[in-house]
Amino acid sequence: MFRFIVSRLLQAIPVLLVVITATFFLVRAAPGGPFSAEKTVAPEVIKALEAQYKLDQPVWQQYLSYLNDLAHGDFGPSFRYPGRSVDELIAGGLPITAELAFYAMLVAIIIGVSAGVLAALKPNTPQDYVPMSAAMIGICMPSFLMGPLLVLIFGIWLEWLPVSGWGDLPGDKILPAITLGSGYAAFLARLSRGGMLEVMSQDYIRTARAKGLPEWVVVLKHGLRGGLIPVIAFLGPAFAGLLSGSFVVETIFQIPGLGRFYVQAAFNRDYTMILGTTVFFATLIVLFNLLSDIIAVWINPKLRHQLREGK
Amino acid sequence: MPLLEVDNLTTHFHTREGVVKAVDGISFCVNRGETLAIVGESGSGKSVACYSLLKLIPQPPGIIAGSALFEGNDLLQADDKTLQKIRGNDIAIIFQDPMTCLNPYLTVGEQLIEPLIYHRNISRKDATYRAIEILGEVGIVEPEKRVGSYPHEFSGGMRQRVMIAMALITEPKLLICDEPTTALDVTIQAQILELVKVLQRKRNIAVIFISHDLAVVAGIADNVAVMKDGLIVEQGPVDDIFYHTQHDYTKKLLASIPEGAKPPPNSPLPANTSITENKPLLSISHLKTHFHDYSSGWLKRNQKVIKAVDDVSLNIKQGEILGLVGESGSGKSTLGRSILQLVPVTSGSVVFDGTDLTNLSPARMKPMRRRMQMIFQDPYASLNPRMTVFDTLAEPLLYHGLATRKNVTEQVLALMDDVGLAHAAIRKYPHEFSGGQRQRIAVGRAISTKPELVIADEPVSALDVTIQAQILDLILELVEKHNLTMLFISHDLSVVRYIADRIAVMHHGKLVETGSTESLFAAPQHEYTKRLLSAIPVADPARERKRQVELTQLGVDN
Repeated sequence: MFRFIVSRLLQAIPVLLVVITATFFLVRAAPGGPFSAEKTVAPEVIKALEAQYKLDQPVWQQYLSYLNDLAHGDFGPSFRYPGRSVDELIAGGLPITAELAFYAMLVAIIIGVSAGVLAALKPNTPQDYVPMSAAMIGICMPSFLMGPLLVLIFGIWLEWLPVSGWGDLPGDKILPAITLGSGYAAFLARLSRGGMLEVMSQDYIRTARAKGLPEWVVVLKHGLRGGLIPVIAFLGPAFAGLLSGSFVVETIFQIPGLGRFYVQAAFNRDYTMILGTTVFFATLIVLFNLLSDIIAVWINPKLRHQLREGK
Repeated sequence: MPLLEVDNLTTHFHTREGVVKAVDGISFCVNRGETLAIVGESGSGKSVACYSLLKLIPQPPGIIAGSALFEGNDLLQADDKTLQKIRGNDIAIIFQDPMTCLNPYLTVGEQLIEPLIYHRNISRKDATYRAIEILGEVGIVEPEKRVGSYPHEFSGGMRQRVMIAMALITEPKLLICDEPTTALDVTIQAQILELVKVLQRKRNIAVIFISHDLAVVAGIADNVAVMKDGLIVEQGPVDDIFYHTQHDYTKKLLASIPEGAKPPPNSPLPANTSITENKPLLSISHLKTHFHDYSSGWLKRNQKVIKAVDDVSLNIKQGEILGLVGESGSGKSTLGRSILQLVPVTSGSVVFDGTDLTNLSPARMKPMRRRMQMIFQDPYASLNPRMTVFDTLAEPLLYHGLATRKNVTEQVLALMDDVGLAHAAIRKYPHEFSGGQRQRIAVGRAISTKPELVIADEPVSALDVTIQAQILDLILELVEKHNLTMLFISHDLSVVRYIADRIAVMHHGKLVETGSTESLFAAPQHEYTKRLLSAIPVADPARERKRQVELTQLGVDN
């Protein structure tokens, strides 16, 4: 197991290096720069700023010194928020985004898995069609449509929940979590339906029934474990996706999370901020993928055994 | 009163293609302490009939009708709650395929104790204690350790024992055995059949034994029912069925058991004499194929080496059919694969027509591959489901440059003639064929490159007896027509006896005995060969009963 984790972590290094390199040169290839603004600024001022942030050096030199900083855990200073480092900005936005992603994940798992399992138990009946059609709508509907729709219904017409904010009013976290989680709930529903359908047709499920076990034991104990393997494999990337994909929801609901910083950084050509967030998200995606792989292996005794064998 | 009295049981499925009458009004009964064998080919409805009793059939819309009185209560009218109490408690089932019927995610101990916990309401600790006890009873070594193992850590035969233990743990009144030994080798089959009998006697349980193999049934059944197309065509006491056979279908089933004593109708016997003078086409010397077993530890010095093939020397002469027999795990398949260089060999040489294959580069191996082909065991798994017959047969022809785009269709049709497939089937996919027809496709694929050597790895063991005989005859015919040399691997001695000129016996990776088919069956030399031969069931109830007494004395169980 240890060897498996180490080797996967080592594999991640070249991946991250490619991400860093591509992002580094792409943001510089995009027209404009951090200090080109509508207002005319004296050329001397720009010169001085560029010198301060080492932008006057050749690009390859900037690249190497950025890599060097990164290796020491330093994402560098932000170009647009003078006096603040990218590290600080990420540390400030991350807890909010992580909390939002966590709630969204809960929504996705609870709604998605139970809908998928229920659908799989009675395939091709209304119990299957209704949740699966809802899932299809959930997948098709983008969050910038889903969010305002929910706000309209629950915030404005019914006046049950606050329309925006984060942690200011009771219940203001519910709508963002549902908006962000619904798309993933739909994916999870389809995955768990597929997984459960396959498992429930296995011979060992018939064996379990032949033993006279109550149906809920057959489903929850014998079915779920195998049926949810595809779901678990998807959870890691899904969580990383929730973290990095939260900017639309954060914008709709006025949430001061990391996603908004990320988008603003892109508009502002805040090189270090873009790079820092990208690298940070890439690392998260790699880690969460690894985590879900580990869980998938751990849940499957056959794979667990092979890993112990050292393959 | 019989324990189970089934009257006019009918199971129909409504499918898109119309109504499938899987079971079409059958009646039978079983008494305590008795064994009823239901015999029939796959698709005859024998399994569906038994599963219908407990409503364990997949739930497509369909009907189950008739009545099935179990201790006076009709199972078919019972609600789910009542059925749940009967399943696994009063009536237990041993399923056919031990590889897929155990839950891979739970330990065998956990799976064993479930019936006890849900039916008897006893504590986990007591149930586990009972599980260990019964694992010991069915012959699992070190049951207190094995109870925590997962199914994949057991071999097929051991898993079957676990299935039996699971069915017996609640001491049911009726045990339904669905082909419990089909996937097993003769020696293990004999052990398991013996085990079921011992337990039956000890607990006076009734047994319904489903099988396609009349020979297996001969020794254990009190009554036999023969099923065909959802109907029971003949039923009665076992001796009547075997000695006073009434129905033509039963006669056909009995006739198609490859007993080997009679020479095949179109046997290449005249050629036999000349074979002995032929030079060897393939000669293997001191071949070793070893694998590393990592389960014993991480460190190299702890690793066990599995000697799958251990110092085997063997010649196969031009035009000869050499039968290679042994139980599962004896290394016979690995030997076959080692010859074709499909697994890396550890040492030794494999000389094919003067060329040592063990150190050929892939480029130089390619023309050799054309001359050596393989037929695999499972025609369901070895054919690509997305390739039509044409694709499957044309691919090797084109790859090896034996046909051009222009004349490939012609050649494929010729191949289909060879293996007895209708021309109209050329655009069909594997799933549209029966098992026997699929194996014909697989045979066609193997001979498409005009090979000199064909290695057939259990080519008929997945097939029904009547189909087996057809495929064996086809193979014999092709061997003669195309002057093939064949290594025929099988665990089934009667099949090998029917087809092979010479037989080699493998045990624990070593070759223990080789000899001509007649001499080996008449006078086996090695102890293991003797044991193997004595474990073959024969379709003769009287001989079987006598033999089983001898076997128990011999101690086949070890």
